[in-house]
Amino acid sequence: MNVQKPKVAFYWCASCGGCEEAVVDLAEDILKVVEAVDIVFWPVALDFKKKDVEAMEDSSIAVSFINGAVRLSEQREMVELLRKKSRLVFAFGACSHLGGIPGLANFWNKETIFNRAYHTTPSTDNPDGIVPQEEHTLDDGKILTLPKFFDTVYALDQVIDVDYYLPGCCPPKDLIVNAIMAILEGKLPPKGAVLSPNKSLCDDCKRNETKPEKLAITEVKRPWEVMLDPEKCFLAQGIICMGPATRTGCGERCIEANMPCRGCFGPTDQVYDQGAKFLSAFASILDTNSEKEIEKIVDTIIDPAGYFYRFSLPYSILRRRRMEAVK
Amino acid sequence: MTEKRITIDPITRLEGHGKIEIFLDDKGDVERALLQVPELRGFEQFAVGRPVEEMPRITPRICGVCPTAHHFASTKAVDAVFNVQPTPTALKIRRLIYNAFMMEDHTLHFFFLGGPDFIVGPQAPAADRNILGVIGKVGLEIAGKVIKIRRECRDIINYLGGKVVHPVCGLPGGVSKGLDEEHRLEFLEVAKTSVDFAQFALKIFDDVVLQNKEYVDVVLSEPYKIVTNYMGLVDVNNRVDFYDGDVRYVDTNGKELGRFKHPDYLDHIAEHVEPWSYIKFPFLKKIGWKGFVDGEDTSIYRVAPLARLNTADGMATPQAQEHYEKMYETLGGSPVHNTLAFHWARLIEALQAAEAMVELLEDKSIVDPDIRNIPTETPNEGVGIIEAPRGVLIHHFKTDDRGIIEEANLIVATIHNSAAITMSIEKAAKAFIKGGKVSEGLLNMTEMAFRPYDPCHACGTHALPGDMPLIVNIYDHKGELTQQLRRG
Repeated sequence: MNVQKPKVAFYWCASCGGCEEAVVDLAEDILKVVEAVDIVFWPVALDFKKKDVEAMEDSSIAVSFINGAVRLSEQREMVELLRKKSRLVFAFGACSHLGGIPGLANFWNKETIFNRAYHTTPSTDNPDGIVPQEEHTLDDGKILTLPKFFDTVYALDQVIDVDYYLPGCCPPKDLIVNAIMAILEGKLPPKGAVLSPNKSLCDDCKRNETKPEKLAITEVKRPWEVMLDPEKCFLAQGIICMGPATRTGCGERCIEANMPCRGCFGPTDQVYDQGAKFLSAFASILDTNSEKEIEKIVDTIIDPAGYFYRFSLPYSILRRRRMEAVK
Repeated sequence: MTEKRITIDPITRLEGHGKIEIFLDDKGDVERALLQVPELRGFEQFAVGRPVEEMPRITPRICGVCPTAHHFASTKAVDAVFNVQPTPTALKIRRLIYNAFMMEDHTLHFFFLGGPDFIVGPQAPAADRNILGVIGKVGLEIAGKVIKIRRECRDIINYLGGKVVHPVCGLPGGVSKGLDEEHRLEFLEVAKTSVDFAQFALKIFDDVVLQNKEYVDVVLSEPYKIVTNYMGLVDVNNRVDFYDGDVRYVDTNGKELGRFKHPDYLDHIAEHVEPWSYIKFPFLKKIGWKGFVDGEDTSIYRVAPLARLNTADGMATPQAQEHYEKMYETLGGSPVHNTLAFHWARLIEALQAAEAMVELLEDKSIVDPDIRNIPTETPNEGVGIIEAPRGVLIHHFKTDDRGIIEEANLIVATIHNSAAITMSIEKAAKAFIKGGKVSEGLLNMTEMAFRPYDPCHACGTHALPGDMPLIVNIYDHKGELTQQLRRG
């Protein structure tokens, strides 16, 4: 084995496996990656366990790529351990970058989520009101354990220090390859960088030239209500598109399929709260100066939280709904 | 007491992660085995408040291995919520994407995940029983072909669906993007290659498994058999349909036990809760929960490839039908209860998917521009059911009159099989682990009992170093580690 090869670890937390698929979707390129690095930990693919990582020297892993949000005790323990053992940690994909779609659970808490899953769903047949337990003793005394389920979903850097971010749900092939090349060639930007161009999606969008200075709309439409013009700016069609508040670099994949952006790349460097940014950008392009008019139009957006914070609720200023407000 | 516990904790996907606990009695024989799923994310709760048409863009995050299945289950549920049908062209496009997805997902599983056990051999050293071993056996050229066909099928989904992880094109009454003639012709070539490739995979299965008596004996052996009911979607002629149709279920003798339209699923399926796993355990309501038992009276049913074939009277395409007949002829008629036959059924389904792609793309009307019906009715409630590669997938949404979700219920493919997977593991473990002796080979034999379900462990990423990662810790009754086995 070539000792010069950088040691790399992959881990997943609360995620869907799509980020792992994205790695496999490197397709023919993946063999090159495997050749260049020494993968020391990848639970989905390799037989190394937590205590193998524990046994490694601190900072002996060159890079850990961690995808998924943090929502279970087991995940927190694992990422804390990987941080200790790694010189660099990459948040890989929208969930670890911003909380992602699992972060929408921050509108609720453990109790409401369990209540839905194990009691009130119409197919659930649970006459004894059983709820999965962190520790359960079977009739014959055998003990089974499950990890603790938190009330709140966290983005990775709310739990450990993160060096770089690969945005997207899932990150596109070219950004993954670029990031790996940057690591191998020692050409990484300063710590904290999101590894995708720091400008808005609109700047790169082919439809940008059809985006009017001012939007002459009186209400917001939902994508199912109208025939979507395949060339015209979605906002000009009255359709919510998160482009103005979203970082570019995705290759406009959703827009290529004639569907508006939902913001999976998160905001640009200048912006902390993607939702607030969208709202201000949106209000500023409406063709009216009357606050009342603006309010009226904004009121036609039926699920602002779900549109503006689709991927970034745990990372936003809101972070979560107040616990006492969750019913 | 000298109780021992074996923990198989691959920390890998099963609608999240999965962990197996095997308890040994004082003789060292297996007393009980349990599959625990230590993960939950709460989609049913946080769907509440979202506009229902956004669900096809949210639910794929349940599983990035089969996002296309979630995307279209939600899209179909949204059709039902708005009471709108997709245009004929939109339906063709949806079916095209879906069959391309089925094709790439199934063949990948065969070559990279389930296949190594057979292609390289169940008794082969662990170091060879992986994708590299497969390459060694079938040649680098073929491995390259597998990667290429996967990419080409996934590019069809990328083109029409925006992203293969995760597609965005489904709207109530249609799809957001149509197909042009240039791409029709390009994709038709991919489809034709896919048919050849699926036939080729079946040929390998024939050469390597069926021509080898030792393997056939393993397939038919008792440890890999559990007797259950089966469930799947069928078309009007009771043939396998991945995208649509009635849900039919048959008993342990293959007799139709029930058949229902999507909105009626609650009359037929219920989910049992156990305190030791975050996953639920569905069963047939008609029979009632009877525990983790197989045999004639069981209420446990199975889903996914073999279950679909057991449920249906045949395949929907001619070449696949030939293989369907051959399979039942070889294995003694439907239903087949031998879990390892899932691998064979999966390849037959891949062939149907590829044939269906050709059929859809030879039809020039698939490039018609009419891809949307705009809903006109007040949204209300809808159920969408589809066959994910891993089985029946149910999405159910109830909305207010603006189409904002008030209630959501999701029964995900692998969940239907959760009880059967636990039972299969227990049965194999009981057969192979005796007198406290646990060896690497025995572990693989146990593992082979759940790999056929492709329980989302089957993430493509297993592909690389190959085998299912396993570590087994054997503890004595004081919890002291006495033995550790490791493989990979």
